[in-house]
Amino acid sequence: MAKTIFDKIWDKHVVTTIEGGPSVLYIDRHLIHEVTSPQAFKGLSQRGLPVFRPQQVVATADHNVPTLNQHLPIAEELSRKQVEALKENCEAFGIELYGLGHPYQGIVHVIGPELGVTQPGMTMVCGDSHTSTHGAFGTIAFGIGTSEVEMVLATQCLLQSRPKLMRINVDGTLKPGVLSKDIILHIISLISASGATGYFVEYAGSAIRELSMEGRMTICNMSIEMGARGGLIAPDETTFSYIKGRPFAPKGEDWEKKLAYWKTLHTDADAKFDEELHIRAEDIEPMITYGTNPGMGIGVSKSIPNLSVIKDNEKPNYIKALEYMGLEAGAPIIGQKVDYVFIGSCTNSRIEDLRLVAEFVKGKQKADGVEVWVVPGSKQVEQQAREEGIDKIFEAAGFQLRGPGCSACLGMNEDKIPAGKYCISTSNRNFEGRQGPRARTLLASPLTAAVAAVTGKVGDVRDFFGN
Amino acid sequence: MGKSINTITSTAVPLKIENVDTDQIIPARFLKATTRDGFGKNLFRDWRYENDDETKPKKDFILNDARFKGKILLAAKNFGCGSSREHAAWAIKDFGFDVVVSSFFADIFKNNALNNFLLPVTVSPAFLEKLFVAVDKDNSSLIEVDLSSQRITIVATGETESFEINPYKKECLLNGYDDIDYLLSLKDRIEEYEKLNS
Ligand code: SF4
Repeated sequence: MAKTIFDKIWDKHVVTTIEGGPSVLYIDRHLIHEVTSPQAFKGLSQRGLPVFRPQQVVATADHNVPTLNQHLPIAEELSRKQVEALKENCEAFGIELYGLGHPYQGIVHVIGPELGVTQPGMTMVCGDSHTSTHGAFGTIAFGIGTSEVEMVLATQCLLQSRPKLMRINVDGTLKPGVLSKDIILHIISLISASGATGYFVEYAGSAIRELSMEGRMTICNMSIEMGARGGLIAPDETTFSYIKGRPFAPKGEDWEKKLAYWKTLHTDADAKFDEELHIRAEDIEPMITYGTNPGMGIGVSKSIPNLSVIKDNEKPNYIKALEYMGLEAGAPIIGQKVDYVFIGSCTNSRIEDLRLVAEFVKGKQKADGVEVWVVPGSKQVEQQAREEGIDKIFEAAGFQLRGPGCSACLGMNEDKIPAGKYCISTSNRNFEGRQGPRARTLLASPLTAAVAAVTGKVGDVRDFFGN
Repeated sequence: MGKSINTITSTAVPLKIENVDTDQIIPARFLKATTRDGFGKNLFRDWRYENDDETKPKKDFILNDARFKGKILLAAKNFGCGSSREHAAWAIKDFGFDVVVSSFFADIFKNNALNNFLLPVTVSPAFLEKLFVAVDKDNSSLIEVDLSSQRITIVATGETESFEINPYKKECLLNGYDDIDYLLSLKDRIEEYEKLNS
């Protein structure tokens, strides 16, 4: 029978299925971090259980770490205790930790791929919803809650019901200045923040194939923002050459064996999806959000939708969102003043993102009154940026290059956007208070963020490309 | 934390806001704890208080409205979207809710709720509207949620609807089992799987 790539990976990982119930799914790699793991370790201790397969667990500290002075002890007591608890748990249970100061430390979804931990055909989980990022390599990767973290630590398995499958095809060629972030913001604006709930999404089509691994990760990362359980992209030469030579990549004979298997991981021609969507790459503009969920996005040249086009039952929420944002229905978004620029998060903090921004700002200055934070996704990204002289370009432009972590993506450490201020952010969530109480977030691509950094306003990056 | 659920008959608290994300349910700055307890006091923190100040409750927010109390949270479409933080389910349960009713839950939230004996009940949009109307009209309206028969009923009018739940999960909730016990009982099968697939 014709199978999708999802079916091929899923079927291979089912240990057994409960009649009329969920399947017991074997998990190849488990990523953990300081925020969603302590209660799981506590549960294990209470039951007197060891970690079943500690070699299949990768740990890092990212959500709650400071991004300045990372060599000093963490000043804030609760944060320090949480990071220390991770260290103690990893030691007690025999798990390798890439903690603060380690050359591999970074945002969990940046380091997995960067270290070659993430490989096609795997099942991967993490107590974090953006685990979908790893799907860019042709893996089934999804976020779980802390009780499930405990299950995987204890048994390397999870009880899961098979999701429905959706394929989103993006064909054609992107216009200059349009990035993969714009593709995914465009898709979510079309199908809404709940449009893919209950589904696992496969992204396909020529525009997806053309993307680098970094670009693909950005797309899969935001699958959860339309409610999807996860998103994936079939592996190809781009995937294989990205993985080759990374610290945990297979080597020698093992590489050849794995490669042969990876090449079978694609959706068969006549496989069926529960839902299918077609999008033309040419229709996609640089995108920006104006509301308080990632589905509230528009092309930068467009105006914020008028109340008259909003469905009656959605009007109260729409009005509430615009009120929170301090924006007006029907007004253009271009020219909107910006106070902060945040370039970071597991969506857009990889070396390619930093290179793009650096290339754009080289020789330019940040606008007066704008604060610009560049937070690399990992220690390795930071290192690479320094080797390439990107740090100097940022410094000259008045940008702050900080240490790696989640930072203002979720405002859990001290990197918060002050109340009422506007932040253009390359992260993935514009929820109320996400970047700090009453902070106002506009989600966009790294290039659109760079435009705001140098002009102090929302602008159209295409104006800088001369077309 | 209550283990096992069967029938819950209670008044309800109506929270008529769509796309409530887990960052609203429990903001990130309260995720620094290393235990599962005490999250209830920060439930909907930024909707509940002016400038994060506990002495200044926002009068128009439903949790601050003394007329509405109970073990059932009536929520609108796409409840629990966003972050995977199980702290959201812990906060709702710790606050005193045993049931959340909506026309549509985000996947991860639903799993987290089930793993914490917080029952997510999915009803049709039309029935959800009836529930909101009943509670709006009379805050003492009782709603009965019966897990065994998978029915939710407005007691005064007898209006009722059935709801779906995975049979395996239903057993777990009725009997207080959790997934981890079940998975541990499969250790041999799991090791066998590993041998075959290594
Ligand atoms: S960068 Fe943001 S979205 Fe990504 S893992 Fe960290 S907090 Fe979550």
